[in-house]
Amino acid sequence: MSDEPLPVLPPSRMARLWDSDLLYSFRSSPITVVASVMALVLVLAAIFAPLIAPYDPFDPASLDLSDGFSRPMQPNEITGKVFWLGSDGQGRDIFSAILYGSRVSLLVGAASVVFSLILGVALGLVAGYVGGRTEALIMRIADIQLSFPAILVALLVFGVARGLIPPAAQEQATLLVLVIAIGLANWAQYARTVRGSTLVEKNKVYVDAARLIGLKAWPVMLKHVLPNVAGPVLVIATINLALAVIEEATLSFLGVGMPPTQPSLGTLIRFGQQYLFSGEWWILLFPSLVLILLALSINLFGDWLRDALNPKLR
Amino acid sequence: MTQPVISVNELTVEFVTRRGTLRALDKVSFDVARGEVLGVVGESGAGKSVTGSAIIGLIDPPGRIAGGQVLLSGQRVDNLSPDAMRKIRGKRIGMIFQDPLTSLNPLYRVGEQLIETIQTHTALNAADARKRAIALLDEVGIPAPERRIDGYPHEFSGGMRQRVVIALALCAEPEFIIADEPTTALDVSVQAQIIALIKRLCKERGTSVMLVTHDMGVIAETADRVAVMYAGRIAEIGPVRDVVKQPLHPYAVGLMGAIPSIEGDAERLVQIPGSMPRLSNIPRGCAFNPRCSKAFDRCFVERPELIDVGGRQVACHLYDQSKAPTGQNPTDKAEIAA
Amino acid sequence: MLAYILRSLMQGLVVMLAVAFIAFSMFRFVGDPVVNMLGQEATLQDRAELTERLGLNDPVPLQFARFVADAARGDFGISYRQGRKVSSLILERLPATVELAVLSAIFAFVVGIAFGVYAAIRRDGWLANLVMSISLIGVSLPTFLIGIGLIYIFAVELRWLPSFGRGDTVKIGWWTTGLLTVSGLKSLVLPVLTLGFLQLTLIMRLVRSEMLEVMRADFIRFARARGIPERRIEFRHALRNTMIPVITIAGLQLGGVIAFAIVTETVFQWPGLGALFVNAVQFVDVPVMSAYLLFVAFVFVLTSLLVDLIYVALDPRLRSGTTALAK
Repeated sequence: MSDEPLPVLPPSRMARLWDSDLLYSFRSSPITVVASVMALVLVLAAIFAPLIAPYDPFDPASLDLSDGFSRPMQPNEITGKVFWLGSDGQGRDIFSAILYGSRVSLLVGAASVVFSLILGVALGLVAGYVGGRTEALIMRIADIQLSFPAILVALLVFGVARGLIPPAAQEQATLLVLVIAIGLANWAQYARTVRGSTLVEKNKVYVDAARLIGLKAWPVMLKHVLPNVAGPVLVIATINLALAVIEEATLSFLGVGMPPTQPSLGTLIRFGQQYLFSGEWWILLFPSLVLILLALSINLFGDWLRDALNPKLR
Repeated sequence: MTQPVISVNELTVEFVTRRGTLRALDKVSFDVARGEVLGVVGESGAGKSVTGSAIIGLIDPPGRIAGGQVLLSGQRVDNLSPDAMRKIRGKRIGMIFQDPLTSLNPLYRVGEQLIETIQTHTALNAADARKRAIALLDEVGIPAPERRIDGYPHEFSGGMRQRVVIALALCAEPEFIIADEPTTALDVSVQAQIIALIKRLCKERGTSVMLVTHDMGVIAETADRVAVMYAGRIAEIGPVRDVVKQPLHPYAVGLMGAIPSIEGDAERLVQIPGSMPRLSNIPRGCAFNPRCSKAFDRCFVERPELIDVGGRQVACHLYDQSKAPTGQNPTDKAEIAA
Repeated sequence: MLAYILRSLMQGLVVMLAVAFIAFSMFRFVGDPVVNMLGQEATLQDRAELTERLGLNDPVPLQFARFVADAARGDFGISYRQGRKVSSLILERLPATVELAVLSAIFAFVVGIAFGVYAAIRRDGWLANLVMSISLIGVSLPTFLIGIGLIYIFAVELRWLPSFGRGDTVKIGWWTTGLLTVSGLKSLVLPVLTLGFLQLTLIMRLVRSEMLEVMRADFIRFARARGIPERRIEFRHALRNTMIPVITIAGLQLGGVIAFAIVTETVFQWPGLGALFVNAVQFVDVPVMSAYLLFVAFVFVLTSLLVDLIYVALDPRLRSGTTALAK
C-alpha cells in the first residue's frame, strides 16, 4: 500500500505563465531579454520625450547659436551650458533631438506597420478565399514586390504623391505620405502568410459543413484563420517594424523623408553627415547609434519570437 | 552455438528535453542469430525504430544511449568513435528506411549513388564499381539495369525505388540489416514482392535481418523469431509460430487477437482498452499494468524481467514460477492466454 | 521543359507590360507633361500645339501602345528637369551602376555561400555563432550607415580609399569603366562592400537555414546509414540540394540589386542610375522616373528568366517534364 501523496494545489495562473514554454524560452535567452528591455526603454523614452527631454530642440525661440557645436558632457566655451550628447550647429541639444527624433521614427514606423498589416492581411484573406484569377493576380504582385527593395517602392509612391499634392500642402503631408509609401512597400509578407493559412482552412471539412447548413462560409473561416495566423503575423509585424524604421530613416537620409522642422533619426543623420570630415563627430554618431540599437533590439526580439512561436522547433 | 550477429544488452536510450528525460528504450536485451530474421512489432512509439537507430549509431540529439551495450559479432559498437562507427555503417550493418522516395537524393542518378556507396567500402575503381552496381540492380529485380542505372529516382515507381534502396543497403555486403518499416509506404500489391526480395537476398548472403514493422502479417510470413515491444521494453520474444499462435504476454495476446483473419471463424476483433502510455508517463512496475486484465499487486510495483518460458522469453510476472500468484496455475498457459 | 521556359517568358512579358502601365500612368497623369515641359508661362497656343504633338488628345489605349512602342525602341522622352533625352541620360549613367551592381552581387554571392555553408556545418562553433550574430546586426544596419561608417574608417581615419566618386574612368565605346585604373578600382571597394553587405547577410542566412533543413532530410540519413563520410555528405549531397532554393531566391534578390544601389550611390556620390532616380523623385521628373522603373523591371525579368533556366539545368525532376509523382 503506497502512501498517498500530499495534495498538491494546481499551479496558479502566474506560475503557469512563468513556466510556460514561451516565457521559459524567453527567460533562458539572455540576449533576448537584454534586447527586449532595450527596445522597451527606447520606445518609452520616445513616447515620453516631451517629459524627459531637457530642451525642446525644435522651438526656434529657445535656440541660441552660441550654444552650437558643444562637445558632449563638456561645458560650452561661450555659454557654459553642458549638453549630455553635445549640440549641433544651430545650438540644438542632441539628446533632446534624438528623443524627439525617435518619436517621429517610431511613429512613422508603427503607423506604416499597421497599414501594411491591415492591407496585407485583407488581401491575403481575399486571395485565399476567392481563389482563381484574383488570387493569382494578388499573389503574383506580392511575389514581384517581394523581390524589389522596399526603398524603390517607397520612393516611387513618394514621387507620385509629390507630383499629385500641391506644393503648399507638401510639408504637412510628408508624414502621411511616408506612412503610406512604406506601408505599401511592405504588405506582401502578410498577404503570403495569411493566404496560405486561408487556403488550408478553406479545404477543411467544416467549411463545407457550414455551407451545407446555409451559413456563409467566410465568417466561419475567419474565426479559424485569424487565430492561426496571429502568431506568424505578429512575428512579421515585429520584424517589419524594424524594417520600417530603417526604411524611414533611409528615405529621410536621402532627402525625401521627414523635413528638418520635424526630423526623424534619419534626418538627424543627414545633418550629421556634413560634419563627418570636420570633426564634430557627435552630431552624427549618437543618432546613428540610437537608430542601430532600436532596429537591432526590435530585430532580436522578433527573431526570438519567430523561433518561440515556430511549432516545428518546439 | 555460434555467436549471435547482434547482441543487445540492457540498452537504454533517453531523450533529454526541457520537460524531463524520456526513456525511449528501457533496458532492452535481445540477440539476433546469424542468418536469422527477427521481427520487431509494436505500436507507434513503442521503440522499434529507436532500437534500430541505436544499433546503427544514428540516434540524433537530444537522444543518446544512456546505458547498455550493442555488440556486433562480439565486438562492442555502441561506444566507438564517430569515424570508426562510420566504417561499420554500410559495410557491416545496413539499414533500409521506410519511404523510398525520400531515401534517395533526387538530384543524383541512381547509379551515382550506388557507385558512391560501393567505392566508399571497397577498393574498386569506377568501371568495376559500375559493373557491380548493374549486377546488383539486376539482382534486386530492376529490368534493363544497364539502362536504368543512369535514371533518376523520380523516374522509378515506388516499388522499384525500394528495390534500389535494398540494393544500396546490401551493396557492401553487411552482416546485418535493419529494415525499418520497408513496406509501409508501398502499395499492398508490391509489399509482398519487396518482403520476399529482402528475405531471399538475405538468405542467399547469410545476412541477418531485423525487420521492424507494425504489420503482423508480414512478420508471420517472413520472420524466424519475433519481439513484441511495448513502451520501450520487450514484452515477449520468441519463435514466430509460437508467439503468434499462442502468445503469452497479455499485450501480445491482445495484439494477436486484433489481427483480422480471413480463414476460420469470424470472431470479434479484440480491442485492448486504453492506449500505450506516453514516454513521459510510464507507469511504475509493468508498463502494461493499466490496461492488463490480469494485473495483480506485484505488477504495479516491480518491473518484470524477461523470463524463459519454453523456448521463448516473456516479461510478465504471471510466468514467474518462483513466485506464483495465489490461485493461479502458471503452467496452464491455455487458460491464461484465453 | 520547353513549356516551363515558355511559361517563364510569358510571365516576364506580363510583368513588363504591367510595369509599363504603371510607368505610363505616372507619365500621363502625375502632373501635367505639357506644363512641365513648357513652364508656367507658356501661351495657350503653345500648349495646345505641344499637346497635339505629343499625341495627348488621342484615346488612352492608343497612347499606351505608343508609349510601349517608344519604350521598346529606347525612347523615353525628355527629362523635365535636365532637358535632355532620358535615354542618353540612362546610357551615360548605366556603366557606373552596372559595374557596382555586378561586383557587389558576385561579392555577396561568393562570400555569402562560403560563410553560410560554414555556419551550417559547424553549427555551434564560436566562429559560426559570430558570423550569424554579425549577419543579424547586418539586417538591422541601414545601408547608408554602413556606407558612412566605412567612409569614416577608410577615408577619414585611415585615408586609404576615396570617399566619393568613381575615380578615373576609361572610355571604351560608349561604356565607361573604372576597372582599368587604380583609382577606379580603389573607388569601387567601399561602395561594393556597402551594397553587397546586406545581400551578403541575406544570402548567408538563407544558405545556412536551407542547408540545415536539407541536412535533416531522409536521404541524408540514409547516406549516413550507408557509411558515406560526413564531409562528402555535406558537400556533395547537402550542398547540391541546398543550391537550388538558394539560387532561385538569391537570384531574384540580385535582380533587384540595381534598385538597391539607390542608397549606396547617394552616400558615395556615385554617378549612377540610382542617384539619377533619387534626383528625379525630388523634382518629380516623371519621364526619368518611369524610364528607371521600366529599366529595373527589365533587369528583374531578365534575371528571373536566367534563374529559371539555371533551375531547370540543376533539377533533373524538371527536365523530364513531370514533377515526381509517387506511384
